[in-house]
Amino acid sequence: MSNNSWDQITAITSMNVRNMSQRAASSIVALIGIAGVVTVLIGVLSIAEGFKAVLEISGSDQVAIVLRNGATDEMGSGLQQEQTRLIADAKQAARDEQGPIVSPELYVVVDVPLKSTGTAANVPLRGVGPQAVKLRSNFKIVEGVNFTPGKFEVVVGKGASMQFSGLTVGSQLRLGTTNWTVTGIFEDRGSVAESEIWTDATVLQGAYNRGTSYQSMRVKLTSPSAMQAFKDELSTNPRLNVRVFSEKQYYAEQSKILVTLVSTIGSAIAILMGLGAIFAALNTMYSAVSSRTREIATLRALGFGPAPVITSVLAEALLIGLVGGVVGMVVSYVAFNGVRASTMNFATFSQLTFAFTVTPQLLVQGLVYALILGFIGGLLPSLRAAKLPITTGLREL
Amino acid sequence: MADESLVRLRGVAKDYKRGAETVHVLHALDLDIPRGDFLALMGPSGSGKSTLLNLIGGIDRPTSGSIEIAGTRTDSMTDGDLGKWRAHHVGFVFQMYNLLPVLTAERNVELPLLLTKLPAAERRKRANAALGLVGLSERAHHKPRELSGGQEQRVGIARAIVSDPTLLLCDEPTGDLDRKSGDEILDLLQALNQQQGKTIIMVTHDPHAAARAKHVLHLNKGQLSREAAA
Repeated sequence: MSNNSWDQITAITSMNVRNMSQRAASSIVALIGIAGVVTVLIGVLSIAEGFKAVLEISGSDQVAIVLRNGATDEMGSGLQQEQTRLIADAKQAARDEQGPIVSPELYVVVDVPLKSTGTAANVPLRGVGPQAVKLRSNFKIVEGVNFTPGKFEVVVGKGASMQFSGLTVGSQLRLGTTNWTVTGIFEDRGSVAESEIWTDATVLQGAYNRGTSYQSMRVKLTSPSAMQAFKDELSTNPRLNVRVFSEKQYYAEQSKILVTLVSTIGSAIAILMGLGAIFAALNTMYSAVSSRTREIATLRALGFGPAPVITSVLAEALLIGLVGGVVGMVVSYVAFNGVRASTMNFATFSQLTFAFTVTPQLLVQGLVYALILGFIGGLLPSLRAAKLPITTGLREL
Repeated sequence: MADESLVRLRGVAKDYKRGAETVHVLHALDLDIPRGDFLALMGPSGSGKSTLLNLIGGIDRPTSGSIEIAGTRTDSMTDGDLGKWRAHHVGFVFQMYNLLPVLTAERNVELPLLLTKLPAAERRKRANAALGLVGLSERAHHKPRELSGGQEQRVGIARAIVSDPTLLLCDEPTGDLDRKSGDEILDLLQALNQQQGKTIIMVTHDPHAAARAKHVLHLNKGQLSREAAA
């Protein structure tokens, strides 16, 4: 493009933009529409991001989860005590002075009322082995103390404690036929464990009549590269019929359903709202073109071509989209980022607490969407402006 | 006479569709306008004066016939070529001035020069020279709403002459002005014609304005008739 064409475009575009104050009301309506769409889009997708983030940080590729063959999650799995011993004997299991770093675990779902609604929701109650903490390197008791093995005591994940009522240190919890005492609150860098209640696996077996059976076994491996050898060893052992996942892979699989669901719903809502915003933008830009009909015709009469006219109208629409997008980005970040919530994890049918996570990528996605809405809203009016017969335009008042 | 014509129309007709009806605005007009003329086009409303001016200025196209300006056929040009041609050869002066409200007088006058290859500094220089010619140098940085009607029209004339066009086409240039301001505009047009040799075609209802022209043509029901030279 020659300097001259550029001068034409910038002159007419800046003129058009300076004219916007005359159309402030309709421009603001379109801007709010676009900002609203971007806020909702980013807000909904930040749920998926938050959920994904929880499940992603939950998994280590040095920890293996062993389930019964055919099971895809802990709920559908079952392991006998004998099997857990055989698994712990695997050469690839990391060891310390207390032996292999493993945790045979039991997983039941209990009803606890949500703080927000007072209605009962499913919370995972996990029975863990004495070494469980060593398998979660970020595990930390932040309030109270850990449960005492052999007692009806529990510790509660920080997320669960915030979302559900009656999960504070010292409170009594009636689960099944037993009263449990909450002795502590723990953190695990926001991982899925923070949505759970933990107790001693052997106590839980007794309370829920599970005999000596477990549902899953976590095994810390000597290194991430030992995973395949570990899988091979277990699968070739005729006394075991088990399935091995890396913890990372296990949580990635679990997050798929919800992330896909939320992303699809979020995008569908954004598209529907986007249609509304496009109409607002179209309306604004048609009225912008119509209020400038004589100006545009004058420019065309002077010899300006259709390109600067189209560009100037599109630039105005894109500016509305840009400002609307930025407003939406700021609002969604301030309103949603870090807000904690819980939702059903369809893989385990229990509640998972997470924080809405507004990532830079989501912000960019929101802005791009806003610009697309602005572009579509400006395209037809700009073409109309360019096609308007000069003699008709000059007669407009 | 015909050989010296700057504007030459042959058999020019213009029809409009109004629903199912065809309105014949101009009927097979022949017209020659010599270089350096100051021609007033008069006639009742709807007689086709503005249509004729628009055809000569290349912002409308004839239904039939040929239009030749300074030896160039404009009726057969593409829209893009016609736009470029207008930028170089035609200066328009409008009844309602048609200045762009957000631009200063200087920037309004500079607009046609954006269509040339002149650098910005030269464009400003020429815009100011044109404003000087219409006596508005001191108002260069005022916006149209800060000017009187007569001053706005003078800015309109400066914009029309800034690119030194072949033809100056004025559509009721004094139609929206009081008599005193109108006279000043007519003085200016006359001076441009007599001192700068500009060829001017002016559409007007006002016999007082038409009296300033060298020639007056009457249009009635799409037909031309010539009046004696003023």
